[in-house]
Amino acid sequence: MLKIPCPWCGLRPETEFRNGGEAHIARPANPFAVTDAEWADYLFMRTNPKGWHRERWNHAQGCRRWFNAVRHTVSHEIAATYPMDAAQPPLPEHDGEG
Amino acid sequence: MTKFSIVSLVRNALSHHEGWSAQWRSPEPKPAYDVVIVGAGGHGLATAYYLAKHHGVTNVAVLEKGWLGGGNTGRNTTIIRSNYLWEESAAIYEHSLKLWEGLSQELNYNVMLSQRGVLNLCHNTHDIQEGVRRVNANRLNGIDAEWLVPAQVKAFCPILNISPGARYPVEGATLQRRGGVARHDAVAWGFARGADARGVDIIQNCEVTGIDVEAGRVIGVRTTRGAIRAKQVAIVAAGHNSVVAQMAGLRLPIESHPLQALVSEPLKPVMPTVVMSNAVHVYVSQSDKGELVIGAGVDSFNSYGQRGGLHVIEDQMGAIIELFPIFSRLRMMRSWGGIVDVCPDASPIVAKTPVGGLYINGGWGTGGFKATPGSGWVFAHTIANDAPHPLNAAFTLERFSSGALIDEHGAAAVAH
Amino acid sequence: MGAGFRRDGGGRVNRTQPLPFTFNGRRLMGFAGDTLASALLANGVHLVSRSFKYHRPRGILSAGAEEPCALVQLEEGARTEPNLRATQIELYAGLSARGVNAWPSVAFDLGAVNNRLSKLFAAGFYYKTFMWPPSFWRTLYEPIIRRMAGLGHAPKLPDPDLYDRMNARCDLLVVGGGPAGLAAAQAAARSGARVILADEQAEFGGGLLGASRTIAGEPGAAWVAEVIDELAAAEEVRLLPRATVFGYYDHNQLAALERRTDHLGPGAAPGQARHRIWHIDAAQVVLATGAHERPLVFADNDRPGIMLAGAARTYIERYAAVPGRRAVVFTNNDTAYETALALADAGAEVAAVIDLRTQADGPFAERVAERGIPVHHRSAIVATVGGQRVAGVEVRALDGAGEIAGGGAQSIACDLVAVSGGWSPAVHLFSQSRGRLRYDGTNACFVPGVSIQAERSVGAAQGRFSLADALADGAQAGVAAARAAGLNAVDMAPAPTDAPPAGGIEAYWLVPGKRPLGHGPAKHFIDMQDDVTAADIRLAVREGFQSVEHVKRYTTVGMGTDQGKVSNLNALAILADALGRPIPEVGTTTFRAPYTPVTFGALAGRDGGELMDPARLTAIHVWHETHGAVFENVGQWKRPYWYPRAGEDKQAAVNRECRAVRECVGLLDASTLGKIDIRGPDAGEFLDRIYTNSFSTLPMGKVRYGLMCHDDGMIFDDGTTARLGEDHFLMTTTSGNAASVLDWLEEWLQTEWPELKVYCSSVTEQWATLALAGPRSRDVLAALAPDVDLDDAAFPFMTTREWVVAGMSARIARISFAGGLGFELNVPWDRGLALWRAVMAAGEPYGITPYGTEAMHVLRAESGFIIVGQETDGTVTPFDLGMDWIVSKKEPDFIGKRAYSRPDTARTDRKQLVGLLTEKPLEVLPEGAQLVDQPHHPKPMPMIGHVTSSYYSENLGRSIAFALVMGGRERLGETIYAPLKTKQVKAVITRPMFLETGKAGGHG
Repeated sequence: MLKIPCPWCGLRPETEFRNGGEAHIARPANPFAVTDAEWADYLFMRTNPKGWHRERWNHAQGCRRWFNAVRHTVSHEIAATYPMDAAQPPLPEHDGEG
Repeated sequence: MTKFSIVSLVRNALSHHEGWSAQWRSPEPKPAYDVVIVGAGGHGLATAYYLAKHHGVTNVAVLEKGWLGGGNTGRNTTIIRSNYLWEESAAIYEHSLKLWEGLSQELNYNVMLSQRGVLNLCHNTHDIQEGVRRVNANRLNGIDAEWLVPAQVKAFCPILNISPGARYPVEGATLQRRGGVARHDAVAWGFARGADARGVDIIQNCEVTGIDVEAGRVIGVRTTRGAIRAKQVAIVAAGHNSVVAQMAGLRLPIESHPLQALVSEPLKPVMPTVVMSNAVHVYVSQSDKGELVIGAGVDSFNSYGQRGGLHVIEDQMGAIIELFPIFSRLRMMRSWGGIVDVCPDASPIVAKTPVGGLYINGGWGTGGFKATPGSGWVFAHTIANDAPHPLNAAFTLERFSSGALIDEHGAAAVAH
Repeated sequence: MGAGFRRDGGGRVNRTQPLPFTFNGRRLMGFAGDTLASALLANGVHLVSRSFKYHRPRGILSAGAEEPCALVQLEEGARTEPNLRATQIELYAGLSARGVNAWPSVAFDLGAVNNRLSKLFAAGFYYKTFMWPPSFWRTLYEPIIRRMAGLGHAPKLPDPDLYDRMNARCDLLVVGGGPAGLAAAQAAARSGARVILADEQAEFGGGLLGASRTIAGEPGAAWVAEVIDELAAAEEVRLLPRATVFGYYDHNQLAALERRTDHLGPGAAPGQARHRIWHIDAAQVVLATGAHERPLVFADNDRPGIMLAGAARTYIERYAAVPGRRAVVFTNNDTAYETALALADAGAEVAAVIDLRTQADGPFAERVAERGIPVHHRSAIVATVGGQRVAGVEVRALDGAGEIAGGGAQSIACDLVAVSGGWSPAVHLFSQSRGRLRYDGTNACFVPGVSIQAERSVGAAQGRFSLADALADGAQAGVAAARAAGLNAVDMAPAPTDAPPAGGIEAYWLVPGKRPLGHGPAKHFIDMQDDVTAADIRLAVREGFQSVEHVKRYTTVGMGTDQGKVSNLNALAILADALGRPIPEVGTTTFRAPYTPVTFGALAGRDGGELMDPARLTAIHVWHETHGAVFENVGQWKRPYWYPRAGEDKQAAVNRECRAVRECVGLLDASTLGKIDIRGPDAGEFLDRIYTNSFSTLPMGKVRYGLMCHDDGMIFDDGTTARLGEDHFLMTTTSGNAASVLDWLEEWLQTEWPELKVYCSSVTEQWATLALAGPRSRDVLAALAPDVDLDDAAFPFMTTREWVVAGMSARIARISFAGGLGFELNVPWDRGLALWRAVMAAGEPYGITPYGTEAMHVLRAESGFIIVGQETDGTVTPFDLGMDWIVSKKEPDFIGKRAYSRPDTARTDRKQLVGLLTEKPLEVLPEGAQLVDQPHHPKPMPMIGHVTSSYYSENLGRSIAFALVMGGRERLGETIYAPLKTKQVKAVITRPMFLETGKAGGHG
C-alpha cells in the first residue's frame, strides 16, 4: 500500500485515496473545434510512462480534495504532490529506481 | 524437432534422458528480417508460429527483453473461456477456445487444457440481468453457455456457500462447460518450439530500444544487441505496449496496472471448477499440481512494478472466504503481480497502426491468456496480408475516434 | 542418553510437563517446549511423510521455517490444517497429526509405485505425453494426474476461528530476535525509539537457543533473557513473538502474521483471534533474519535420517532430542564440526566426519580431532542405503578435480547423516524490498548488496556468520536506524563473546555418485519436496531452458511449500555449472511475499459475513422488517423488494402492489435515492454543463428531470433536480450511483472548472424520502396537511414546496416515478419512520399499500420510464433512448455533447429503445433475451438487440418489455423473435410506453 502525502492532510494510506489517472489533460476549450481524433486523444489516449508520472489523486476518504502527484511507476516513489492550481514541479533527476 | 510421445519418452528414459535436444535454438540476431515481433510472450510466439505455419513467412525474429514467456504469460491465473458479450469479442475468443481444444496435438506439446467449466457468479438483480443476457448472446453465437440457479450452482461446485444469509448471496451463475484452465508456461514453450522448428529466430535477452520509421513506414528496430532491419514490425509486448509504441511516436489508449495473483499450498483435489465473481472480485481454480490459483483485483494506479499492495489481496480474501468458508485455514504460498494493459472498453487492439508496416496487439487487460492462440492466429493474418482478418477487424485503434467501442466490462470479470 | 532419544538434562524443554500426542496413528509423549519435530525425534521417529512426485519417504531435514520435507496434516474436522511443517508446530497436549501425501499410510504408501516409474517421470515429462488419443486426456490422463497431485487435504467444514488485522507504526521494526536483532532492538530502544521486535518463534533468541555460546560472560540464553527483560520494560517497545514478518512492501511497510493460539491446541482459546495480520509502517527496518543451512547434493541424499547439521545440533541442544545413535557428518565447511561434537557430547557415536575439503580449520575441527572422531578429508558420500530410514553410507576419496579417486569404498553403518553444504542468508525480505543481491564467493552465498528502502541487514542475514559480528552489526544498526528515524541515539558497545569466528567453506555443489548423474536408480535431490534432482536441471538445460526462471518452471525446483529456501542456491549453482557460467551471471530468482505461507482467514480478517460490506439501512427499515418485506441488495442498501402476504408468491404480491398504486394509493420507501445539495452563485451554470439539458433556466420551486453523461456521450446517471433558491439546488441520483455522482461533480469542480463557485454536499442520509403514489395519494396527503392547497393549479406537476405534514416540517415534490398522480415527501432522516407511520395511518381508509422495488419497476415501465443500468449499460446515448427532448440544442457545450457527432455515435441505425409486446400476452420474456430477425438462421445468429426490462403488468393484463433494437424506432409494428433455450418467443415492436400516466418525473 502506498503512503501518499496529501497536500492538506499529510501522509495518509493509499486506501483513503482514489487514483484519477494522468494529470494535466485539459478538456478542449471548444470541443467542436477539435477533430474526432483529437477528441479521442483527450478522452482515451494516455502517456502511460514507465518512469515518472504526473497523476491525479483524490483524498476521497479524507479532505475530498483533488491534487496532483509525481510518482514513479516502477519504484512507486512519490517525489512530490501539489495542488491542482500549483505550478508543475520539475521531475526528479534520479531515475526513481532507488 | 523430436516428436514428443510416450514412445520417445520411454526411449529417452532408457538413455537417461541424455538424448533430448533443445526445444528451441538460441540464435544470434541476423541484420534483417521480413518480420520482427517485439515480445516473446504467448501472443508473440503464437503470432510467429502461425505466420510460419499458415502464411509461409519464416524470416521472422521474435525479440524478447527477458526470457520467453516471462511476462503476463507466466504470471496469470490461466483461465480460458469464450463467454463474452458482443459478437466481435465472442467470435475472437471462441476461435481461440477452439484452437485451445486442439492445441496439445497441434503443437505436440501438452498444454494441459483442463475443461473443468467456468462459473461466473451473480449476486444481485443487475448481475442476473447481465448474466442472462450474456448466456443468451453466447448461445446464439454458437458458444456453449448455461444459466444455473443457485441449487444448480451448488450441485456443480458443492464447496460454494450459496446461503441466502450471505451478505451478497449467490443468486445464480453462468456456466461455460468448455471453459477451464491450462498450463501457462507450456503454451509459450509449445509455440516457441513450433515456431523455432519452422525457422523463426527467438532472441531472448534482446531489448528493443527504438523503432526506426522513415517516410511514415517502419524500417527496423534498435535493440540492446544491435540494429535489426525489418519490413514489418509487430508490437506484442503486453505490459509495455505503451513504452514500445512510444518509440514509434504512437500514443495508445492504454494504462498499465498491477494485477496480483496468488497460489495456496498444494492440496488434494477440492475445487472442481473455475469460479469467478465480478461483484465480489474473486476468481479461483485449482491447478494440476493441486494449488488453488486465485486472482486478486487490479491496483488502482499505473505501474510497471509487477507488484501491488497487500490490501488488494486482503479485500479479495474476504470475498473468497465468504464464498468458500472451508478455505479459511488454507495458506497463501506465493503471490506475484503482472502488468495488465487496460483499454477503456476492456477490449483489445489487434490492428494496423498509422505507421506503415507497424502493427499492434495489446490492451487485453486481464483477459489475454485465454486469447493466446486466437490472438496470434489473427495477428499473423493481419501482418501477412497487411489487413485484418474479419475476426479482428473491429479491434482497431480508430474505434476510439469513431466511438465504436466494444464494451466488455461485464464479461471481463475483473474490474478494469 | 536416557530412555529413547531424549537427553537426561539440558535443553529448553520442560520435563515436568509431559504432553501426550498422536502421530501417524502412534501414541507418543513429548514435553512442553518441544516442536512436533523434536518430539518425534525424541521418540526415534524420522519417517514423517511422502514426497510430492515419487512418494519417497521423507523425514525431518531442518529445525525451522525452511523445512521442505516433514509436512503434516494437523488435527481432524473443522480445524484440520494441511501441509504444516512439523518443525514449526509447538507441541500441545493431545496433538494429533499425520504425514501428508500417503495412502493408506506413510509407512505403506501405494503411491510409491511412482518411484519405480521415476525414470519416466523426469522433469517436464507431462508436457511430452498424454496427448494421444486426444479424448483420453480428459477422461483418463488428467483425472489420474489430478488425483496424484497435491499434498494435504483442505478442511471440509468452515473455520470456527477468528482473525484480526492490526495496524502499527514504529521508528524501527527489527525482524528476527536472534543475537543481531536483539542487539539492534536494544540499541535503538535505549534512545527511546518506538521499536517493534518480531520473531517467528515462541521464544526470542534465535540461534542462541540451540548453541552453547557465552555472551558478556554468561550463557547466551541468559543474555537473551536480560535483553528481553530490558526491552519488555521499555515503554515504546513492542515484542511480537510467534510473529513472522512475511512481506516487505512499498514505502517501508511490512506485514507480519502473528499466531496467538495455535500452540494451545485447537479451540483452546475461544473468543480470542487465532491469528493477526500486522500492517507495520516502519520508518526504519533492521533485517536480522539469520541464514538457512543448505544440504549437500549427493546420491540418495533424501532418506529420512539425513538432516542438516545445524538442525541436528539444535535438536540436541535446544530440545534435548538426539536425532540418532550412530551418526556420520558430511560437510564442506567448518560449522558441521560443532554438530559432531554436540552429537558426541549427547552420547551418540560419531562414526565419521566426511569433509569434501582437503583440510578443516578452526577450533571445532581441532576438538573433533582431539576427541578421536575419524575425519575423512577430501572424501564424499557417494551412496546411501536404507528404506524408511538411512542405514548407512558409502564413502569414497576424491581426487584433486573433485571426482571419485581410486581406492576402495568404505561402507559406514549409521542412522543419522548430518549434512552441511554451507549457509544462505535469509535475504527474502531484503529482496522483496527491491534491494539488489550480491554474490559472495568466499561464503558461497548471496548477500544483500544495494539497499533501496530504509532497511539494514545485519549478522547472518548479511552473510556475517560469527556471533561477534552479529552482536556488533546489531548494535551499530540499531543506533544508526534510531538516528535515521530522528532520535538522538548513543553508540552502544556490542556485548563481548567468546564464540569463535565463522569458519571457512569450499563450495561444492554436486557430489559425484557411483554412476554418472542420472544413470542408475540413485538420485541427487535438490528439491526434496517436489523431487527435483540435479539430473533434472541438466535435462532442462539440455532442452534449452537456460534462464533460471525457465529452469524453475520446467523442473518445479523451489516451487514447493518452502519456496526453495534450502534448494534455490544449489539449483542455481548446478544450473550455472551446466551452462558453464559463473553463478552471479546466471542470477537468482525473485523472492516474493510471503516468506512463509499465510493463512487465508488471517488475510480476510473480520471482513466476512455482515462485515464484508456494511449494509445500509433506511430509517424505515425496521417497519419493513416487521411487515415481512423481502429485501433486495441495491448497492450497499437493503431495499424492500415486495411485501408478501400470507399465501402470496412474488408475482401475486407484486401484482397486488401494482394494482393498488394504479387504482388507489401506494407508499414506497425511496430514502436510498442519492441526494446532493448544490449551492453557490454558479450552481445553475454548473448543472447546465453536467446535465444534457438546462437547469439555469429552472424557475424557483420547480423540479426538472436530467440525464448525465460521460464525455464519451454515454448515459451515466439520471434523476430530478429541484431549484430551492437562486443559488441552491437539490439533486437526486440513482440509489447505486450516489457516491460516484458526487465524486463526478467534485472532480469537474476541482480539476476542470475551479472558477465556478459551487459547493456540493451529500445529503442522502439527511433526508428520508417517501414516494406516495396513486389516484388517492392527494387525499392521503391532504389528511396529513389539511391547510395546504394541493390542487393541480396551486401545486402543479414538477414543483416542490416546504410544508408541515403530520406535524413535521417536510419538503414535498409533486413528482412520480410510477407515473400518474404522486408526491415525494422528504423529512429529516430521524423523522422518516414517524412520517411513514403517519402516512400509513392516514392512508388506511383508502387501503394504502406499501410497495417494493419490483412493483416500482413494473409501474415505471408501464409509464415508459427508464432505469439507468438496466436500459443503459455504458453504451447507450440519450438519442438511443429516444430522449432527444432532453438534450439541449441551445447549450453550446455540456459533458457528452461533443461525442454525439462521432461517426459511430451519430449512426441512425444504433440500438434504440423500444417496447415489445409478446404474441402471447401472458408470456413474459426473460430480461437479457437476445432478439433476432431470422430465428432459423444458423449460429452465429445475427442479433439485433436484447430485452432490457420485462414484466407481467397486472394493470394491463399482459406482459410488457423494453428492448434495445437496432434501428428500432423505424420498425414499430414489426415482429421480431427471442430465441430462448427451449422455444422462440415472437413479439411486436411498439413505442416504449404502455400506459398514459403523465410525463416523466424522477424515480424511486
